[in-house]
Amino acid sequence: MKIVVDFDLCESNAICMQIAPDVFEVRDDDFLYVLNENPDESDRGRMEECVQRCPKQAISLED
Amino acid sequence: MARQSIHIVGASLAGIRAAEALRRRDFRGRIVLIGAEHQLPYDRPPLSKQVLAGNWDTDRIQLTKPEKLEELDLDLRLGVSATGFDLDSRTLSTSDGAEAVDGLLIAAGARCRTLPGAEDLGGVHVLRDLDQAMALRAELDEGPKRVVVVGAGFIGAEVAATCRERELAVTMIEALPTPLGRVLGEQMGEVCAEVHRQHGVDLRTNVGVDRLETGGDGRVAKVVLRDGAEIDADIVVIGIGVTPNTEWLEGSGLTLDNGVVCDATLLAAPGVTAAGDITRWPNYRFDEVMRVEHWDNAIEQGIHAAERLLTDDLDAQPFTPVPWFWSDQYDRKIQLAGRVRPDDDVEIVTGTLEEHRFAALYGREGKLVGVLGFNRPRHVMQYKTMIENGTSFTDAIAAEV
Repeated sequence: MKIVVDFDLCESNAICMQIAPDVFEVRDDDFLYVLNENPDESDRGRMEECVQRCPKQAISLED
Repeated sequence: MARQSIHIVGASLAGIRAAEALRRRDFRGRIVLIGAEHQLPYDRPPLSKQVLAGNWDTDRIQLTKPEKLEELDLDLRLGVSATGFDLDSRTLSTSDGAEAVDGLLIAAGARCRTLPGAEDLGGVHVLRDLDQAMALRAELDEGPKRVVVVGAGFIGAEVAATCRERELAVTMIEALPTPLGRVLGEQMGEVCAEVHRQHGVDLRTNVGVDRLETGGDGRVAKVVLRDGAEIDADIVVIGIGVTPNTEWLEGSGLTLDNGVVCDATLLAAPGVTAAGDITRWPNYRFDEVMRVEHWDNAIEQGIHAAERLLTDDLDAQPFTPVPWFWSDQYDRKIQLAGRVRPDDDVEIVTGTLEEHRFAALYGREGKLVGVLGFNRPRHVMQYKTMIENGTSFTDAIAAEV
């Protein structure tokens, strides 16, 4: 599973960071950084929640 | 609990996320998704921003890709409105006819309030659905001399911001002393007012609208305020809140009170739940009965209400979210998490009000109850986690974030 963020859409609402702070981090520059682009398959549920809760629909998962 | 079928009334955000949740929970029965609009489920927040600005076409706001929708195997009925429900006989009436229902999830949303006499006047708009957004956009494209926005809440503020980006002259009228003062408190409301004024909005506060006047051609020409001021207006946008769509449920046997009244688990009656803007329920976390109109709530509540229909009463969990929303105005991202009141204690923990980039914490009875951010998304989410964890106000202020 690979995390793909469309940075043209991302507006750093940081919802993903609240759900998975070990994978997503919004820093003081207000930009989102993906800390782990390939989370373990066992983490799929949490990653799908990030996809669904992103207000800008900027996150997708590739197999 | 072996349900045969579930009807979902409302095919917007709460409804579609509920349908997805049912399939994720392996519900194999029939799902009927009923939407009053003709469009496939779409996302509303861009309507007042990218869509209204003319930057996005409507295909960019689909909530679910067609292939995903296909996988859900829904009995999707668009352009169909619910007209009645009878709890005793479990009969749902729609513009298509009446049918028996097993599980029912009510996500029928809300509609815009308007001003008396404004309905039939040309040039007067409200903004909630796609058709309304496109109608307003078409009129903005014609280059009106002045747009008057009635109500400086979030929709009004976003419409004003989008109109200013289009370099249109904007007057915004707010009946309260400060925009959002009743929500955020006077001090923070004043910051919102400053942001609008800096961007060239003619903001009039503490004054109501007396009437709209027409130029004789059936279109609005003038807005007359209670203090006697008259403002020439080619277009008027009314953003004075919404009314839940509960009329069709009158006499149904469900309890209605400015929404569909549910228990803490979102159950309105046996086998009937509600989600989204229409739902009133006791949120135990804040010890308050609330109805929440936020985007994120529609998702979370849609999922919870769907799962509740598949759960036995004994195993049902209360729905206790920390409400959260954002509003994009000009180059500011305003986010609020929690449940704040104008008389809460307020403490700025990072940034300053002057630079319009800060995070402010709200405390009540020693507890952290809210956080407001202006361009501070990371802080808002970190303090939101603290609210969820029941952190005290003093600990939150002292925390390294």
